[in-house]
Amino acid sequence: MKENIAIQVDDLTVAYDYKPVLWDIDLKVPEGVLMAIVGPNGAGKSTLIKSILGLIKPIAGSVRVFGKPYKENRKRVAYVPQKGSVDWDFPTTALDVVLMGTYGNLGWIKRPGIKEKKIALTAMEQVKMTDFQNRQISQLSGGQQQRVFLARALAQDADIYIMDEPLQGVDAVTEVAIINILKELRNRNKTVVVVHHDLQTVPEYFDWVTFLNVKRIDTGPVKDIFNDDNLTRTYGINYKVALNQ
Amino acid sequence: MWDSLKLIFTDYTVGVITCGTALLGAISGMLGCFAVLKKESLLGDAISHAALPGIVLAFLITGTKSSSGLLIGAFLSALLGLFWIRKIVTKTHLKTDTALGLVLSVFFGFGMVLLTFIQKMPDANQAGLDKFLFGQAATLMVEDVWMMGAVTTLSLFVVILFWKEFKIMLFDKDYAHSIGIKTKLLDALVSLLIVVAIVLGLQTVGVILMSAILLAPAAAARQWTNSLKNMVILAGIFGALSGITGTAISASSAHIPTGPVIVMVAAVIVIISLIFSPERGYLFKQIKHRRNRNDLKLKKTLQLMYNIAVSHKNVYHPHSVKLLNNFRGYSKKSIQQMQRDGWISITGGMWSITPKTFEYITQSKQQQI
Repeated sequence: MKENIAIQVDDLTVAYDYKPVLWDIDLKVPEGVLMAIVGPNGAGKSTLIKSILGLIKPIAGSVRVFGKPYKENRKRVAYVPQKGSVDWDFPTTALDVVLMGTYGNLGWIKRPGIKEKKIALTAMEQVKMTDFQNRQISQLSGGQQQRVFLARALAQDADIYIMDEPLQGVDAVTEVAIINILKELRNRNKTVVVVHHDLQTVPEYFDWVTFLNVKRIDTGPVKDIFNDDNLTRTYGINYKVALNQ
Repeated sequence: MWDSLKLIFTDYTVGVITCGTALLGAISGMLGCFAVLKKESLLGDAISHAALPGIVLAFLITGTKSSSGLLIGAFLSALLGLFWIRKIVTKTHLKTDTALGLVLSVFFGFGMVLLTFIQKMPDANQAGLDKFLFGQAATLMVEDVWMMGAVTTLSLFVVILFWKEFKIMLFDKDYAHSIGIKTKLLDALVSLLIVVAIVLGLQTVGVILMSAILLAPAAAARQWTNSLKNMVILAGIFGALSGITGTAISASSAHIPTGPVIVMVAAVIVIISLIFSPERGYLFKQIKHRRNRNDLKLKKTLQLMYNIAVSHKNVYHPHSVKLLNNFRGYSKKSIQQMQRDGWISITGGMWSITPKTFEYITQSKQQQI
């Protein structure tokens, strides 16, 4: 089977203090998959994606995006941070936040113009937020804020989308809407990597999965590897048995 | 007051001082927005206090009180303070507020030791250094104002040039970094600009009160707008206004210090903004809150009346007021209010709904479906 590798991580080790957060991670994410990263709290899920994005300096190891270091291919990657990582009382509008998605391609000093605004509006339309484009961001609901973040990533028109818990704190309707957009991206051969918490929905939403708990437990198609054995190895308990008690 | 305002334009010295304080207010106000949005409001306070030992040491080394020499000392000392704060936060387990408190008090304490020490020296030349504690606008020279003008223009140029980059860095640092924005460089640039603004203000407002000029206009401006651009412009205007008004007030009498008065004017602007600004202001929020409650109450009462009214063949048939006695939303006053607004008509202890009410409730019921 010959396939393009979108993200390749080799021997990645990250530690904030003495205790390693990620230990010797090898990971290959093929192009065109919709992959969930699952694992317990403190498993290093956010740390892994932040390391891929070059936001955290690892102790050892390397990350390649389409065969090159992240820095050289960053225009092909869009990042959706956790919603709680920013101050939503910042004085700006929804459209303005989505416009930030075009900054990377603009380069230094240049301002977004008509072309960039059009890109941003199209992205807002995709997440059905056009009606809220001039709304101050603090007046958006949690689900709407998440959609704005997603639209900002869409405006980047990247090949890889890396998202940190995009379904956290959104209602059922928004969850389905977001997942449909992610599936649509996958169908266009984009690679989507999502830190995910809800194990119940993994088989329904994703076609690829990585089990992580400081070490990488397993990676592969959901239908092959999403089983009790891997869940037990990742979470330390047989969660299905525990659930029934 | 008006006479002193006239002084600004007629008296050369007062004019120079006013230009200086206006420029200082404008640039501090604008850069203060960045400090506030970075959630580093207290950093300015620590930096300005950290400048004091630099001023005294510069005097001890050079032996003169030329303002440029002293300000360079202040700048280096403030930078050192900033550097320590950053190092303490990244290298130890101490949190930012602790680091700020430590650097502020240690530097300021050292500065006071030096100040007391040189005041005991036989040389009379050192008198006046303690003016840097609360500032003395009267010592502003034309050259100082020119320097302020140059620095303000330069800062403004940098802010406009890297506007997009500053904005995204302030809002979402990790994301900005992920798309290739040099966040560390920009962060250092913002801090540097803030240090420069603070050092410029030391002569006028002093190390103790300088952070107020930085933060007050920004806090006030945030109340009036939801756009970063307008916030920065407005903060600049508020800052300049505080500078001009403060100078005018202090020029009206020989015994009113300029720096503290400027701070008081800025404080008044903050208080007015916190209370009276639309949307975010306290007063507006209270009025909106009360109005919403009353509207809801009225709607509930009207709905009850509507339900009673439609139980009768003729919708506009009068019913007894006593019928409403068990309903919470009802009071004599609210019934009178409803009659005045044309929702109901009352004749001799009997009420009936009007076509306006019938239409309004029918419509809102349809909307709910």
